[in-house]
Amino acid sequence: MTALWTVLRRDLLLAMRRKSEVLTALFFFAIVSSLFPLGIAPGVLWVGALLAAMLSLNRLFAADHQDGTLEQMALSPTPLALLVSGKVLAHWLVSGLPLVLLAPVLGLQFDLSGRALLVLMASLLQGTPLLSLIGAIGAALTLGVRGGGVLLSLLVLPLYVPALIFGAGAVEADIAGLGIGGHLSLLAAMLALAIFFAPWAATAALRVALE
Amino acid sequence: MSDGRDRRGTDVNNRLINWFRYASPQSFYPLAGRMWPWFAVAAALLCAAGLWISFFVAPTDAQQGEGYRIIFIHVPASWMSMFIYCVMAFWAAVGMTLGTRLSGMMVAALAPTGALFAFLSLWTGAFWGKPMWGAWWVWDARLTSELILFFLYLGFIALTSAIDDPRRADRAGAILALVGVINVPIIYFSVKWWNTLHQGASVSMTKAPSMAATMLWGMLIMALGFWMYSIAVALYRVRAIILERERNAAWVRELAEMKA
Repeated sequence: MTALWTVLRRDLLLAMRRKSEVLTALFFFAIVSSLFPLGIAPGVLWVGALLAAMLSLNRLFAADHQDGTLEQMALSPTPLALLVSGKVLAHWLVSGLPLVLLAPVLGLQFDLSGRALLVLMASLLQGTPLLSLIGAIGAALTLGVRGGGVLLSLLVLPLYVPALIFGAGAVEADIAGLGIGGHLSLLAAMLALAIFFAPWAATAALRVALE
Repeated sequence: MSDGRDRRGTDVNNRLINWFRYASPQSFYPLAGRMWPWFAVAAALLCAAGLWISFFVAPTDAQQGEGYRIIFIHVPASWMSMFIYCVMAFWAAVGMTLGTRLSGMMVAALAPTGALFAFLSLWTGAFWGKPMWGAWWVWDARLTSELILFFLYLGFIALTSAIDDPRRADRAGAILALVGVINVPIIYFSVKWWNTLHQGASVSMTKAPSMAATMLWGMLIMALGFWMYSIAVALYRVRAIILERERNAAWVRELAEMKA
């Protein structure tokens, strides 16, 4: 039994020395639970898509970083931002697009009308690339960092909240019979900004991580 | 630059203003040590004056009674949370372009104070919201974006504490600070762009304020007091960060406080 207490004490001591890891999980819980009130019904689908895509963000750069491919990419004459854009696009095609196609099927669980399902698909079609782009910045910043997965979510979720608000808001507006143009336009505007700036920011973060 | 000359060969020490005089931790450390007590005293005096005005001078509000007095903490704290984030982004940009390590230390020194003010803003807002709106929290544009600002501060602190190498931590944090700075104008203009529950701007640079003069003065004095406090605390904290990071340098080991 003494061995049990010893190991317990040791692990608690180690955890207290790295308080940031413990607190990061706590803040993740706080942030994620604050996401749900932002939109019931369609919001739940949006948050689900968000969390699902976030699970795969770690893999965006980690595998290439481990076997040295990322360094070769950084050394190549092709601009790294272009290569990063390619990786983000691949990530979206594999993780984001299937979510868009699956969402209507899951939307039936919430008894959404056909039109609401279309609006849901349209909003996710704009939102999932946005997640891949913003997530790429987070993935590049946390490359090889301790506690990477949860830290990544902690960084990405605050930046993603506006997209969640407008995306879920579009579907809710459609259910309520109000116009969806404003929501989808703002979402498209955010996507346009992200397509331009996010690869650039992610490249800067990658160069920081690769030194 | 070790012989005091810049890229064009000009002796930096002979120029009218040497912008880089205090750019090294070694020269900034004693400067900050002389500066912070003044700011602390100014903060104490201004906050004392502001609180006295807020409790004893400002009149009772026609609609909100006595409960409105929390704005004397809430509004200055919100202003400071946004301002400190902008200052962080500024020093982050300076650090990334000029490569000065003191800039990164300053950003790290400002973050906890900014997070504190964002937290204070959210809590005092909730204390106001409950009697006035009947709700501790609503998901309107300004409150949500201020919450995002708070999470951005926490994310910055989490990211920089998770990376062991201080230079890499500074640079990663700088990128995060610069990416997140777009949130600050959103908070500021949210009451103009959206139909929000949070009241609109009563204080503007171009029009007369829509509140009583004593209330306005109390708020401005408290804001100034919080600003002095932030400067004092940031200077004090950056001194600690300097000592921690430069602990192997000879000048640090020669300091009186190290030999105590």
